[in-house]
Amino acid sequence: MGPSPESAATSGRRLLLPDIGATEDFAAGLAPLARRGDILGLMGPLGAGKTTFARAFIGALGGSGVVPSPTWPLVECHSTGAGDVWHFDLHRLEHADEVWELGLEEALADGISLIEWPEIIERLLPPARLMLRLEHAGTGRTVILEPGATWGSRLRSVTGDV
Amino acid sequence: MEPDRVVLGIESSCDETAAAVVDSRRRIRANVILSQHAQHSPFRGVVPELAARSHAERLDLTVQEALRQAECPWEALDAVAATAGPGLLGGVLVGTVTAKCIALVHDLPYIAVNHLEAHALTPRLTDCLDFPYLALLVSGGHSQFVAVAGVGQHALLGTTRDDAAGEAFDKAARLLGLGFPGGPAIERAAHDGDPDRFPLPRPLAGQAGADMSFSGLKTALVHVVARQGARPLDDGTRADLAASFQKAIVETLADRLEQAVRAFRRLHAAGTVVVLAGGVAANQALRARLSGAAADQGMRLIAPPAHLCTDNAAMVAWVGLERLADGTVSALEEPSRARWPLAGGSV
Repeated sequence: MGPSPESAATSGRRLLLPDIGATEDFAAGLAPLARRGDILGLMGPLGAGKTTFARAFIGALGGSGVVPSPTWPLVECHSTGAGDVWHFDLHRLEHADEVWELGLEEALADGISLIEWPEIIERLLPPARLMLRLEHAGTGRTVILEPGATWGSRLRSVTGDV
Repeated sequence: MEPDRVVLGIESSCDETAAAVVDSRRRIRANVILSQHAQHSPFRGVVPELAARSHAERLDLTVQEALRQAECPWEALDAVAATAGPGLLGGVLVGTVTAKCIALVHDLPYIAVNHLEAHALTPRLTDCLDFPYLALLVSGGHSQFVAVAGVGQHALLGTTRDDAAGEAFDKAARLLGLGFPGGPAIERAAHDGDPDRFPLPRPLAGQAGADMSFSGLKTALVHVVARQGARPLDDGTRADLAASFQKAIVETLADRLEQAVRAFRRLHAAGTVVVLAGGVAANQALRARLSGAAADQGMRLIAPPAHLCTDNAAMVAWVGLERLADGTVSALEEPSRARWPLAGGSV
């Protein structure tokens, strides 16, 4: 089952993702819209599907297939048809400044960045970003899209906006 | 008789800054580990787990301390070995550059060591084990079954498709309000818990192939915790949740081990040993269960002592000794690598 528009949240669009396949379809639909320099923040509690989203996103761009969780290494870089996709997991970070040691500057300059647990570095991120807030909803999930500048018009194909 | 050889090992690929001196008679002459979790380090202060800077600030002291404890002057060393990956590149570079400098200054061979191979070869240091054997490497960053046929000769039999086993422990511990690292915290909490109170899935159970998956188990725990309501968990429920989660991981690995033994036997019909290594191997419930599971398959389980299962430099020095004996030392140009698979794809 694919994602379906539900209702517009105050801060962005809310989509219902009834099962893990819907999360994967949503990610695969969003992936071709991303360009070098883009930042996607993945927020939400444990098990909400942040890494599932990232895995499907990287897979849709032709990544190598194996997308290990970056929780332990903190960042994994994947070569894809759309350039490098940097997959960060910042949960273990204690200070925002530590992110520079992970190569954030390089990622922002050259590639597409998927950032799990981005809250700690929110002030460091440029406004042209797309924040995705995943939440548990029964056995499914919801995702709230909070698009920054340059994102709004690109999202029509996934949110169903006319 | 071959004279004793002595190797300095350096490990800085993750949280621990470590140096060790090991000799070819399998004596660990010094094994110094600094981590933010260390209770009794010779140096004050906390080591921030991410900062390559902290490795850089402390590694020279750690090396000096290891040589002092080993009563080993520079001129008594035969080689210097360092973890050259996989790991956090900043930390890895600190270790390899330090080792290369020591090699240059003291005219010693340099040996670039794969961190995973160091875990996999540890029982050759602790238990004089012969090749081939089946190794299960389980840590915060890795979960894989490897057929170990010789130094540098490894075949990957299965790996996790998502989270590592140690990562699953860390995330479950966070969810239950227990500490970090999660493995020991869950094990402590599980001690008084009922492992059968909360049924949790056994991902991939019974399926052919030796791959693993732990992400769904974490999500199942999220749902079970949510059903407990908004109130904070009481200690009894928390203990039961920890025990049920630990059992799910342990039973899943026991099931996967059965499949891995089959794959291993196709490569090495005569192999009889399963090695359990990596940080998660310190878990006593896992050791006991896998020991039984291995015996059911006609295999014997060997797990190094817990302090040599978690990250340390003695295992790095040991690989250095193995490579020195093989004559396969590294060039100083050998790169450091954030990603460095132990072996090629699944067989």
